[in-house]
Amino acid sequence: MTSISRVDRIASLPETIVSDRLARRRLRHVQERVIEFILFLAALVSVATTVGIVLILLKESFDFFQVISLWDFLTDTQWTPLFSDAHYGIAPLLSGTLVSSAVALLVAIPLGTIIAIYLSEFAPFAVREIAKPFLELLGGIPTIVYGYFALLFVTPVLQLIFPELPGFNLLSAGLVMGIMIIPYVSSVSEDAMRAVPMALREGSYAMGATRYQTAIRVVTPAAFSGIAAAYILGISRAVGETMILAVAAGMQPNLTWNPMEPAATITAYIVQVALGDLPHGSIGYQTIFAAGLTLALMTLLFNVLGHLLRKRYRQAY
Amino acid sequence: MSDATAVKIQKIRELIVRHKRWDVAFGIVGVLALMIGVLTFVALFLDMLIDGAPRLTWDFLTSFPSRKPDQAGILSAWVGSTMVMLVTAVTAIPLGVGAGVYLEEYAPRNWMTDLIEINVTNLAGVPSIVYGLLALGLFVYQFGLGQSVLTAGLTLALLILPVIIVATREAIRSIPAAIREGAYALGATKWQTTAHHIIPYSMAGILTGVIIGLARAIGETAPIITVGALTFIAFLPEAPITSEPPFVSFEWLMSGFTVMPIQMFNWTSRPEAAFQLNAAAAGVVLLIMTLSMNALAIYIRYRLRKSIKW
Repeated sequence: MTSISRVDRIASLPETIVSDRLARRRLRHVQERVIEFILFLAALVSVATTVGIVLILLKESFDFFQVISLWDFLTDTQWTPLFSDAHYGIAPLLSGTLVSSAVALLVAIPLGTIIAIYLSEFAPFAVREIAKPFLELLGGIPTIVYGYFALLFVTPVLQLIFPELPGFNLLSAGLVMGIMIIPYVSSVSEDAMRAVPMALREGSYAMGATRYQTAIRVVTPAAFSGIAAAYILGISRAVGETMILAVAAGMQPNLTWNPMEPAATITAYIVQVALGDLPHGSIGYQTIFAAGLTLALMTLLFNVLGHLLRKRYRQAY
Repeated sequence: MSDATAVKIQKIRELIVRHKRWDVAFGIVGVLALMIGVLTFVALFLDMLIDGAPRLTWDFLTSFPSRKPDQAGILSAWVGSTMVMLVTAVTAIPLGVGAGVYLEEYAPRNWMTDLIEINVTNLAGVPSIVYGLLALGLFVYQFGLGQSVLTAGLTLALLILPVIIVATREAIRSIPAAIREGAYALGATKWQTTAHHIIPYSMAGILTGVIIGLARAIGETAPIITVGALTFIAFLPEAPITSEPPFVSFEWLMSGFTVMPIQMFNWTSRPEAAFQLNAAAAGVVLLIMTLSMNALAIYIRYRLRKSIKW
């Protein structure tokens, strides 16, 4: 009784079949490497995108700062690049961006956090199963629709309370933007809270704490690094949001800290220029890249801050 | 039991009752916070529906925009949106799935992989208008693609790439290692394992990500305005299928275009109230499109969660 081993079988095959098999195996190997390389290239597209963004923003901004000094850009209090008396101070656009973002975050952070705590710690299963997809849908509404709503619904309603409120204002744009951001804040925060191990809650209940005490004093601090990430995401969204502001806050640069006034943001200014017809390479064309660079640096700053916060407060279980 | 103990117990009970009131209070606050979201959504939808309903006719879908608000329609807008989405889907799906598969199945643990992963995370946080600036500088002027359907489609493809990559990776990660080991044990190569097992099994998860990404792309306005899409288009791009050989034409890729959100923006920002009614009608159509896509994605994921067998 001898079982024929694989080697013997191959040896007993005619010469051509063996070499054919080996050749096919080599071909298969080459094919594998080619496929791996193609997939690698697909993954590399994301890196190329980042490099592209950085290069384009830096290149056009560099040309811009050859003409306009960085000092003027940072300290001038007027932004009128399209007028004959041109001023290039980013401050008015920055103030519009910061005020509208602040209004939005005053809405989104408290409401988003409360919703996250409620859904994670209080809500019955059925409520959560309905509320989560609903919030997701809310996050899927196009921002131009929110812009329409801010301009033609929220502003008129606010004008009933504040009769002197102008038709374009940062307040209504900010409020609607806040509602838009709630799903981002609440879903990321809730994920962080649900990742807190059950043992922590059980320990807290065993000490006689109520549900509220457990949620506020045990779960929330334990999930803080994740909640901070949610806030940072919210801030990035607010700073980069475009259409709600372009529609509802007006396109007039205005150095103000009052949300009841109209003011352009960095993003609204880019839209305004893009809607016009500025020749490629002109200083007006370059302003939007300088504005875009400012915006990108702001989001980068917030992301770095968020990263540091996360690192500082990360808890390992 | 002495009186002192009874008093003490009484006090403790009061304390518990007082603290439990906070539970109830927070439960109510949580429901109210959720209600704010729900009410906003209802107000938004009803407001637009009431304003836009009289304009929502068949003619509205089959007419070009016009200077006369009651004759204007969204034909060029929805055709433009469809064509841009086609380019976006054809570009973003293979790239996104490919990148996701690479990162999960192939990528070695080295600095290059780390770089790619950090990149994908960070790109998801880049404001969409910055993608518009990239497209304006790179696609429109460097590559000379102009303000075309192709430029817009590629821009949106880059924008939704992180969504598809993340969805693909999550779907692949949920496949147990035993599936791979089984395939390898039968002598399959890495690509055979991936193509015959990993990708088919993660299809539902990938599909969810693709639909959510496309729903986001279809409502995206800012990057397309930045690229320089026209707001008034009274013609359709060249049809992709022609009556003469070779029957397919790619002229439409380089054609000027407008999309739904830009048409809506244009009408919203006009002072005449009649145009704003058109904006509401366009908004209803846009909202129905994005919401049904999102709902489909949520439904697929729900089904998936129920039907997973491993």
